[in-house]
Parts: sequence; structure tokens; C-alpha cells
Amino acid sequence: MKISLIKFWLLIAIIVQLAACGEYSWNNPYAASDAGKNILYSVFSERPKHLDPVQSYSSNEIQFTAQIYEPPLQYHYLKRPFVLIPATAEKIPVVKYFDAEGNQLPDEAHSDDIAYSIYEISIKPGISFQPHPAFVMDEQGNWLYHVLSEDALTSIFKLSDFSYADTRELEAEDYVYQVKRLAHPRLHSPIYGLMADYIVGLKDYAVKLKHAEQNRPEDETYLDLRKYQLEGIQLIDKYTYSIKIHGKYPQFLYWLAMPFFAPIPWEADRFYSQPGLVQKNITLDWYPVGTGPYMLTENDPNLRMVLEKNPNFRDEYYPANGMSEDEKNGLLEDAGKKLPFIDKVVYTREKESIPRWNKFLQGYYDATGIGSDSFDQAVQLVGQGEATVTREMEEQGIRLETTVAVSTYYMGFNMLDPVVGGRDDRERESARKLRQAISIAVDYEEFISIFANGRGIPAQSPISPGIFGYRDGRAGINPIVYDWIGDQPQRKSIKAAKALLAEAGYPNGIDRKTGAPLILYFDVTARSSEDRSKLDWMRKQFQKLNIQLVVRSTDYNRFQDKIRKGNAQIFEWGWNADYPDPENFLFLLYGPQRKVGNSGENAVNYNNNEYNQLFEKMKNMENGSERQLIIDRMVEILRYDAPWLWGYHPKDYGLYHSWYQNVKPNRISNNNLKYFKIDANLREAKRQEWNRPVFWPIALISFILVISIIPAVRAFRRHESSVAIRAV
Amino acid sequence: MLSYIIRRLFYAVPILIGVNLLTFTLFFVVNTPDDMARMQLGIKYVTPEAIEKWKVERGYDKPLLFNSEAEKLGKLTNTIFFEKSISMFVFEFGRSDDGRDIAREIKSRMMPSLAIALPVFVVGLLVYITFALLMVFFRATYIDFWGVVLCVALMSISSLFYIIVGQFLVSKLWHWVPISGYGTGLDATKFLVLPVLIGIITSAGSHIRWYRTIFLEEMNKEYVRTARAKGLSERIVLFRHVLKNALIPILTGAVVVVPLLFLGSLLVESFFGIPGLGSYTIDAINSQDFAIVRAMVFLGSMLYIVGLILTDISYTFVDPRIRLT
Repeated sequence: MKISLIKFWLLIAIIVQLAACGEYSWNNPYAASDAGKNILYSVFSERPKHLDPVQSYSSNEIQFTAQIYEPPLQYHYLKRPFVLIPATAEKIPVVKYFDAEGNQLPDEAHSDDIAYSIYEISIKPGISFQPHPAFVMDEQGNWLYHVLSEDALTSIFKLSDFSYADTRELEAEDYVYQVKRLAHPRLHSPIYGLMADYIVGLKDYAVKLKHAEQNRPEDETYLDLRKYQLEGIQLIDKYTYSIKIHGKYPQFLYWLAMPFFAPIPWEADRFYSQPGLVQKNITLDWYPVGTGPYMLTENDPNLRMVLEKNPNFRDEYYPANGMSEDEKNGLLEDAGKKLPFIDKVVYTREKESIPRWNKFLQGYYDATGIGSDSFDQAVQLVGQGEATVTREMEEQGIRLETTVAVSTYYMGFNMLDPVVGGRDDRERESARKLRQAISIAVDYEEFISIFANGRGIPAQSPISPGIFGYRDGRAGINPIVYDWIGDQPQRKSIKAAKALLAEAGYPNGIDRKTGAPLILYFDVTARSSEDRSKLDWMRKQFQKLNIQLVVRSTDYNRFQDKIRKGNAQIFEWGWNADYPDPENFLFLLYGPQRKVGNSGENAVNYNNNEYNQLFEKMKNMENGSERQLIIDRMVEILRYDAPWLWGYHPKDYGLYHSWYQNVKPNRISNNNLKYFKIDANLREAKRQEWNRPVFWPIALISFILVISIIPAVRAFRRHESSVAIRAV
Repeated sequence: MLSYIIRRLFYAVPILIGVNLLTFTLFFVVNTPDDMARMQLGIKYVTPEAIEKWKVERGYDKPLLFNSEAEKLGKLTNTIFFEKSISMFVFEFGRSDDGRDIAREIKSRMMPSLAIALPVFVVGLLVYITFALLMVFFRATYIDFWGVVLCVALMSISSLFYIIVGQFLVSKLWHWVPISGYGTGLDATKFLVLPVLIGIITSAGSHIRWYRTIFLEEMNKEYVRTARAKGLSERIVLFRHVLKNALIPILTGAVVVVPLLFLGSLLVESFFGIPGLGSYTIDAINSQDFAIVRAMVFLGSMLYIVGLILTDISYTFVDPRIRLT
């Protein structure tokens, strides 16, 4: 027994020693061969549905597509407010205006006179697509993989199973092809409806393609869009094309910076249309083909997605100028260096926040967002509410980057509702005062502090900071809700809110006409326990005015249905801007955009003639003092009418390890991966330091096991040697 | 036996239709085809035309269960239910709402699910039976008493707790294995150790107690007394006689779950980042992908029926008195 025990402990000691000799951490989830390599490790929680740039729109999709596809324009990485710069385009396209007869108009022509705008876009020559089997030709000049036999398909399970890959030069026709794909009958582009109103002939083109699709021979699965002309897009030469849109739409340039307008080679469309590949889930929606800095080399969205440097990426260099603080923050140290810096990016699917957070702390993810459960561990507020990392994070060299998102979360009042919207002038006046009173009572400063861990700024209007038209300081406060006291805004008192409530016909929350308490209905899609706390808080806010708030909780589908049909009374909603222009916020309250009847984005069905007219004028204007004045007036109308309780603009907080460099976060430009840099050696050293296996629990567990076995063994022996009847 | 199996398989058809109908009804009570279209097409800029187009393409523009405009049999066949259900009986699961082939996805995700479920099942069974036998062997001693106490304690704790504490201690604090992830081949081992261990511990309390009860019941039977009277040692009685005779109830519980091992575990796969079928089902429910939900429920019901048939067959091996006719 003694000898066995000694042997056992020796074995344990040897195992422990052997393990300790290795340099590779036991808990490293990545291959040992990747240690010290220039790889960025990131994470995604929701699998992307679409990677076809004509269909993909969600943020979890665009984080991939924006690195692979290159639209003609992009945003300057460092400059704020956001500035468009050429990506594959030679220069920012200059728009030309025309009247209905086709006569060119001067640049300063009034928008009412402009029938068409034409954007002529020239792309840089010499840009090539990533290597891809769709471009491979045999010695006779025939496409090698465009008509695959069943035999050839037997050994194909993923794109990398093709033996050969080739490339070709990017041409203007590839952009033309992609614009036509917006109307492809087999695809669902989320912006087709919007673009059909602008791009000349797109609606008719969709009908034409639908007809062509219906009359397509059964054995021909490829719909060759090159055969069908679209009026609104013209190929001028190999490197130039033009897009013709109805009227004047200056925001169109922003769309040209999105993957919807990135090039798709017809060869790829032809290649992926083969039924044998579709059956094997090898589609353009799954395996993108682009000219961008990265290409998708592994696509298992259930587990891992891998981007690798595109060997054919054009010459692009890190920006040489930015904002004044960028130099101080070391963001200009790589000015003029060739992009991209990182060789490979591994995105691991992590559905739960706890493992994600712990792996970040162990150095296995290079950056992370901050969930509410880890906020206190990561962030502390110092001085004037300034957020910084805690000492624990600081010791690990982790830094915090914050930015105000170009988003807004608001509480909407359905303007079709008799109580909060009003049916006639008298009711509308009463409802307006009621909305104003509620706007004062619901303390969003407190909400941000309790439920968002201070990550947000109270909104004064729909326009978020960083967008033209947003005003800061005293000039920017909502005078219906705030007073300017000292050098900061202060929410008006509940007394003022109660006075407004009385003027609305509900003194102390009692309906003057009926004598009944005022009851309002709050439609929500609450599910979690945190949501319940929020709802309790919200009830308390209304209780300040003696208003009873009844929460109508439902699932998301029913909630959306209520909003669409105008059956909700008060609800919470949000908006992430598509592009950095006030039009993209202010259109949310534009009358013709009403949900009810028009299926637009105006969820509260607000309709104010003056506002509508000003919006129509403002949306086509260039940024400048005149536009600012119009926006000021529009905002003033909105504040007075209070169709929204303005809520807050969220702040994005991100934690980054010390080896992660060149980070300037924002939510507008998505192709930022090419600017990031990693110090892989530092990361490796830190991982080793932070993840040394702890051995004493092995010894402890073994000891406990042995100790607990001994009495059992003794009992067993006693049991076995016992006799039924003992002789006396 | 063959005729028995064939008969049972025929019985399975109405059960599968019933399960399918129930799933279909429950799903479409909560989600309409319009909701599904919106979920797939996104929230912004979705036009009614786009929703209609999506529905037509996927056959969701038809009536759910009864088509009053169709004629004769078409009233039943020209419906979403019929068109979406009939193909499943020949194992054609079709495409998910995002256009991926479901059968191929199931095939690729089955292995990761099995990689956890199979060791949990096999090792778990061995561990549970061993511990249960030990407790019976030491019955009415402090080992048995504290064993039962431990089992009750293990049963009382949520599986989520085991996962979180397991990840915290083993991966975060002691750095023995990765917190989450998955690999292929031998590389998978380091990712599977912890979820398998937690999987075994999670079910240990209930299973050990159950098996202990079965063994204790057997201990009071006459053949055990006879064996003892023959002078056999307690060890022989327990491991040779009692274990063999207790196999029938153990098989009832164990064999029926064997086919279900393919379906994976919802919670463990989610927390450990295992790309299995459990996680696939949860994703489908969250994204309102009826095609996947329907396929997974169908597969689950079918495997359960197979499990029951296998259980019946296994009886004939452990108990010669049973004949399947």
C-alpha cells in the first residue's frame, strides 16, 4: 500500500513537471503553430445570414463584407466629422444635374428644377480581384469551373477544394453588374425599394428580369444580367460608369461607400449559379469574391470565420493626417505605410458573454465590448464622470476606447392615438402638453446612470453628436425639458411638468372630463429580469405625475405588428444611422414616411406640414449655414411637438489589449480592419504570463480522492472478513 | 421480431404526422409568414412587395392548413402544412430560410454534438452504475448516507451553475483547458474534457439515486437470498447477480436516449461554443426559421421512436423470457 501511494505521488509529480516544461499554455484555444503570428483574434455572437453584398445589411454581416468588398468610396479613418474619400474610385464623383428635357443645369440649380442627377465614377486601373476559381480558364480559353460535371462535384465540399484559382482586373462593368443585381429576381436586397425610387429605370428593370427569369430554359440556371440594359446605369469605358438618379439626392454618395455598390464579377455569379454548388451550400452568399484587403478563407459560421490578407490587394496607405488628438494618441505613427497590417483575422463564435469576457482577460481575444455583468470589473468613473479602466485592467495593460454612436434610442408617442396624439385640434393641443409633461418627468439622466452604466448622453433631438446639424452646449438644449443653469442643462422640475399636465386637462393625473385617473399604455418586448427593473423604473417616472402606466408586454413580432398598424400608444424604439447626414435621422419624423398607410420608417406617424416642407428643402442641401438654420427650425418644431421623448444617444465602450494598435472606433465606416495593427510577440509573452497552469488543485483533488477511498477500502475489507455468526 | 419492428414503424407514421401538426400549429400561432419574412429581410427599408416576394419564393403565400380556393384534394395538399411536411418523410428537409441546405447542416453538426454526448453517456453510465453499486454495497453505513446526501445536493443545483463554476475554476483560475471552443481530431480533446465532465456531474445526482433504488429493490428479491444462502460473498452477489437482473430498468432509461444523443445539448453547446445540433436548434428558434425548427422536431420525434424500438429489442437480449411478436 505504501509503495503504491509513493508511486502514485511520483507519477503526479512527473506529469506536473512535464507539463510545466512546455511553453504552450494548456488553456490556449488556438493551434500551437499560430503562436506569435500576426493574427488578430476577434469574436462574433450571431452567425451572419448573408455575405452577398446586395443582401447583407446587418452589423454582424458587414464586419466581414466591408473587409472583402470595396465600393467606390470610403470614409476617412481618422477625420471627424466623417469625410468621404475615394476607395477604388479615382476621385469623389462630381454630380451633374439635368432638367426633364435632358439639359444640363448649373450646380446651384434649385432642386425643384432638377429632374435627374448623374454621378460619373472612374475607378483606378490595375486593381485585381482576390484569387478565385471562378476566374480560372483552361489552355483553350474555356472557363474551367463554370460548367461542373457531377463527377467533378463529388470531391468538392467547400470553395478551397478547387485546385486552381485565378484573378482578373477590376472593371467598371463589375460595378454596373452589381447595381443591376439590386433588382435580381432571386435576391432580396434590403435597399431595392429605396433605390427603385432613385435609380432611373430600376423598377422596370426588376420587371424585365422577372420576365426573363420566368422564361429561362430549365437547364440554364444563370441569369446573365449583362444581356439586359438598365437605363439608370451606363458603362462609359473600361474604367468608368455613370449612375443616373431621379431628382437631387446628395446622400447618394454615402450609399456609394456601402457594400451594396461594391463590384461583383459576372464570372462569380455564373460560377455560383451551378445547381451542384448551390446544393453543397457553395454560393455567393457564403463565399464572397472581392477586391478588398481581406478574403474569406474559412467559413464555418457555427464555429469560426477566417479572413486572410488578399495577395492581390491594391496599394493603399495609412492616412497621413487626421484630427489634432490623433497624433497624441499615436494614431499617426504608421502614416504612409502600406495597408493592411494584419495577416489573418480569426473570428470565433462566442454566444455567451461569460466565456467571451474571460477569454479576453486571458489574452485570447484582442478586444471586447463590455457587458453589464462585467462593467464594474472593467470600468470606473473618475473626476467629472469620466470613464476609465479599473486598476485590475490597467495592470493588464488594457485600455478603454469610447465613442458616441450615431444612434438614438427614444420613447415614441403614437400620434394616431386619441390620448397621446389627438384626433382634433383641441385634443392635439392637450396631447402635446401631455407629451411635454411626460418628457420632463421621465428622467433619462437617471436611466443612463442606472441601466446603461453611464454609457450614453441624453438626447436633445433626434440628431446624434458628430452629425451635421447637432448643436452642443446651451444652443443645443431642448428648452421644453431643460433650463440652462450655470454651465449645464438642468431638467425642469416636476412642478413644471405637473403644470403642463394640468393644462393638458389632467390635473394631478386625473382626467378633468371624466374624473378618472389617467392611464397610459406602454408597449414593450420585455423578456429579461433587467427589463422588469426598467419597466418598474418607467412606472415610477409616470407615477411622479400620478399617471398610471400599464405595461403591455408582447413578443417582438406582435410588437412590430402593433407599430405597423398604429395600435401602440407609447413604445421604445431606436435607430442606427446608415450614413452621417441629418437627413437620415430627421426623415424618421417626415410625414410621408409614416408607418401606418405608407409603410415608412416614421414609427410614431408624426405629420407636421411645416416640418415636412422644411425636410424636403433640407434633404437636398449641401451642409452650410443655410442648412443649419433649417435644421434648427425643424428641431425646434419637433421639441415643441414632442412626438418622441428624446431618450439618449448610446456610447460605445470597447476594451483593447496593449498589443492592439491604431484603433479609432466608430460605427459609420466598417472597413477599418486594414488599419489595425497587432504586436504579436507582446501578446504571446502576456498570454504565457497570464495562463500558467495552476498545479496545486491537482494535488489537492488527488489527495481528497485518496483520503476518501481509504475508509471505503477499510470498510470493504471489514465487510468481507466479517462472519454471520461469531462463536462465543 | 421483424414483423414487430415493421408494425412499430407503421405506428410511428401517425405519431410523426401528429408531432408535425403540433409543431406547425404552435409555430404559426406565434409567427406568421410575414414575421418570418421580416426577420429574414431585416428591419430597415422592408417594403410589403419584398415581403410578398419572399413568401412566394418559399411557398409561404399559401393558406396554412386548408385551401378553400383549391379543388378536391388540393384543399389539403395546396397548403403550407402539406407542402412543408410531406418531404420530411423521405428525409428531404429542404433549405433554411437563409438558403442553406438543412440536411447538410445537420450532417456537419451531428459529430460535434456526438463528441460531447457520447462520452457523457458512456462514461456517465459507468460512473453512475459504479457509484450506485458502491452505495448499495455499503448500504446503511455512513458512506451510503453521505452518498445520498451528495446526490441530493448535486440534483438541487442548476446545470448552469456547474457550467459557470466549472469554467471559472478549471479554465479561468487553474488554466487547465480552454474556456470554450471546438477543434477537429485530437485537437478537440482539450475542448471536450470540461463539458464532458460537467455533463457527467450534472446528471450524476439523479442517475445514481435512481440506479441505487433499482439495485436496492433487487437486493430484497428471493434469488439474492438464495445466493447468499449458498455462501456467495456480497461482492459476487452484487456484481454478478443483482447487476445482471437490474439491467432491464437501466436499459429502459439508457437505450431510449441513445438516438437522441445526436441532437446535442442546448445549454452546454451554447456555453462551450460547440457547433452542434443543440446550438443549431436554438439559433433557428431565435431567428424564427421554421424550416429548421420543423426538421429538428421531426428528427427528434423520429429518433425518440427509434429509441423506444431499440429499448424493446434490447429487452430480448437481457431477459430471455421476453419475445417480440
